[in-house]
Amino acid sequence: MTIYWDEVPSPVLAIQGFSAWYGKAQVLRGVTLEIPERRVTAIIGPSGCGKSTLIRSINRMNDLIPGFRAEGAILFRGLNVYDPKVDPVEIRRRIGMVFQKPNPFPKSIFENVAFGLRVNGFRGNLRERVEWALRRAALWDEVKDDLHRKTGYDLSGGQQQRLCIARALAVEPEVLLMDEPCSALDPVATAKIEDLIRELSSSVTIVIVTHNMQQAARVSDYTAFLLLGELVEYGPTRELFTRPKDPRTEAYITGRFG
Amino acid sequence: MVREGLVRSLQALEAEVEGLGRAVAQALRHALHSLKAQDLELAQAVVSGDLEINRQRFAIEEKCLELLATQQPMASDLRLITALMHIVTDLERMGDHAAGLARITLLIGKTPLIKPLVDIPRMTELALGMLEGALDALRRRDAEAARRIALRDDEVDALHDQVHRELFLLMIQEPRNITQATYLMWASHNLERFADLVTNICERVIFVVTGRMEELNVSG
Repeated sequence: MTIYWDEVPSPVLAIQGFSAWYGKAQVLRGVTLEIPERRVTAIIGPSGCGKSTLIRSINRMNDLIPGFRAEGAILFRGLNVYDPKVDPVEIRRRIGMVFQKPNPFPKSIFENVAFGLRVNGFRGNLRERVEWALRRAALWDEVKDDLHRKTGYDLSGGQQQRLCIARALAVEPEVLLMDEPCSALDPVATAKIEDLIRELSSSVTIVIVTHNMQQAARVSDYTAFLLLGELVEYGPTRELFTRPKDPRTEAYITGRFG
Repeated sequence: MVREGLVRSLQALEAEVEGLGRAVAQALRHALHSLKAQDLELAQAVVSGDLEINRQRFAIEEKCLELLATQQPMASDLRLITALMHIVTDLERMGDHAAGLARITLLIGKTPLIKPLVDIPRMTELALGMLEGALDALRRRDAEAARRIALRDDEVDALHDQVHRELFLLMIQEPRNITQATYLMWASHNLERFADLVTNICERVIFVVTGRMEELNVSG
């Protein structure tokens, strides 16, 4: 395993010797990495390397999968998210998630964004907060006149994904996990999401899983390369894509695999 | 093995760059011969042949751009393509210096040489050896060899200084020598620059192999 630094600048997440299984199949093998605050960290690797499992482990989304088992620790600001005393719902509020396919609710645009706030018993000005979240997701100008008239389903794929990002941002998470957020989008919608990722990274820590290496190269500050459940290399994106240190990383990113 | 298309394109591209390198070496060899033999026809052929070198350089650059745009190469592939783009630019400039040497032949014409040519052929041989070595180092991805070859630029520089001293002396002794001595100084200058550009190629070879930019031969 090649890691470029001795100490990650202000890590918000510390994944320590993390292993995971689905039934008898081990999908992560002792992964150790720290995620720096207010930066974009990309996780790349071939299909089945464990990248989605890893990102979904961070906010305990895998708890819902039967047969899932984990060892090791994921520290979020020093707190082990797998500690039995930790409330996974609270963890998921502070660590939001955006999925591969946009999954808006069959409700108005406004209600889509307000949903998480209502669930969390938000007491402030709901209208203001919804506008704030839609603005941060760069969607406000496109939907401001239709907040109550249109549902999430009336939007284009790219708009739906930004709506989901707005919904995640509304509850002010400290970390935003993105699992292949653009794989269902066309290049223009993808470019908008990528711009948004760069924009958001000044205030939120972002971890993105992508099988699109060019996307990882474009949007991330740091990149981790996973292979067969193992962390192979982790370092500044620019370094990893121009002069990778591990021959397996080189083989993967130049497409000479298999 | 996947991406066979890209691998093949890169191999073909590298072969074309080597071909350009050989064409440049041949141009310099002919330019020197034209100077020694006062062969104006050969000199003229080198000067016109430079157009073909320039054309090849643009053709290779075009292919590099196409691969960058269509294949999104990464890591060593990316380094190779960007290095080749620099190397063909250097080779094209070296071709200009070979043509420059041939132009000196044309300027001197059939006027008898004021001195037998000794150091200028030696400079040419050194520069050609460096070019051949640099292209070989690229082919073998040998950064160490590239560093060693760049060091030889010092020998070329030393000969360049020596040529200048000698020509100054000839000018002082006999002002009628001034015109041709000035031409020969330009000839030497072309060779000195030619060798400098080989050190640039060596720097690119090191970049291809190690991913690091290294300035070679800063003393020169």
